[in-house]
Amino acid sequence: MHEYSLVQELLGRVEDEARRHGATAVRRVVLRVGELAGVESELLATAFELLRGQTICKDASLQLETAPAIWSCPGCSRRIEAGEELRCTVCARPAELRDGGEAVLERLELEVP
Amino acid sequence: MCTSCGCGDPELVSVELHEKILAGNERQAKHNREHFQEAGVLALNLMGSPGSGKTAVLEATARAVGGRLRLGAVSADLATDNDARRLEAAGIPSRAITTGQACHLDAELVHRALHDFPWRESELFFIENVGNLVCPAIYDLGQAANVVALSVTEGEDKPLKYPVMFKAADLVLLTKCDLLPHLEVDLRKIEDALARVMPRPRMLQVSAKTGAGIDAWVAWLEERRPGAVPA
Repeated sequence: MHEYSLVQELLGRVEDEARRHGATAVRRVVLRVGELAGVESELLATAFELLRGQTICKDASLQLETAPAIWSCPGCSRRIEAGEELRCTVCARPAELRDGGEAVLERLELEVP
Repeated sequence: MCTSCGCGDPELVSVELHEKILAGNERQAKHNREHFQEAGVLALNLMGSPGSGKTAVLEATARAVGGRLRLGAVSADLATDNDARRLEAAGIPSRAITTGQACHLDAELVHRALHDFPWRESELFFIENVGNLVCPAIYDLGQAANVVALSVTEGEDKPLKYPVMFKAADLVLLTKCDLLPHLEVDLRKIEDALARVMPRPRMLQVSAKTGAGIDAWVAWLEERRPGAVPA
């Protein structure tokens, strides 16, 4: 379970960003978590609840957006559905993951006095 | 401060970042990768379930290579340095990384381990990850390739259950193949499952016990060495 170490790193990153803007509090943290990012959203939310206490995020809400995995052919752009073989049936090229492979810190809302 | 009405409330500032949560790890991994490339070391991240035969494959690799190539390894476990000792006994200079409660290696842990280990002397450098099919998959360590050990007793649908791990794999080593006569395992089902989670599925059947398939694995490694002539 690596979500705790991810949140620890995330809180440090948010703290730096808040300081850079002279913020006194963080109102909202917006994350986008891909289906194949290897990150479990619920565990991430639990870890955030548990670890934010003594940080600048102590009153922040966590907004989690999910991104489904989207595979497609790099040649003809044909969409390859989940569960199919990851090879284009037309061009025989290996599929590429277009979305859903990453967990991204999208946006922060900061309170700046 | 809110300047529109003079109420004294703090101003709400929205900051767009769009950066990967793992950006810090990826920076460190890039640094490790540069080190490996400059030194001409082929670094491999060897992952797989606990008991999938990662250490046994490396022992068999040392036997097959027989001094033709200089090997090195760091071996991660939550506790004990047993695997590093086994690798040392097999003739692979090794160092244990004891992770405590951490279920995976990250680029910083590998970097720290490199500081007090003569890794530059290795031509093939194995990073034996913590036995775990989940967490190690998302941490880039600076390796040239990811190798996943999957043993024949783990179930034909394992790749479908752990797609993130197998998506990240450049090669799957199907281990303990000497057990196949005693099992009802359909290899086509494993190959089919891999094709649904790995865009470029590549699997080699090996047995660390009999040495079967280990030459093909060593050939795969040699093809990837810096300066190797493509076969």
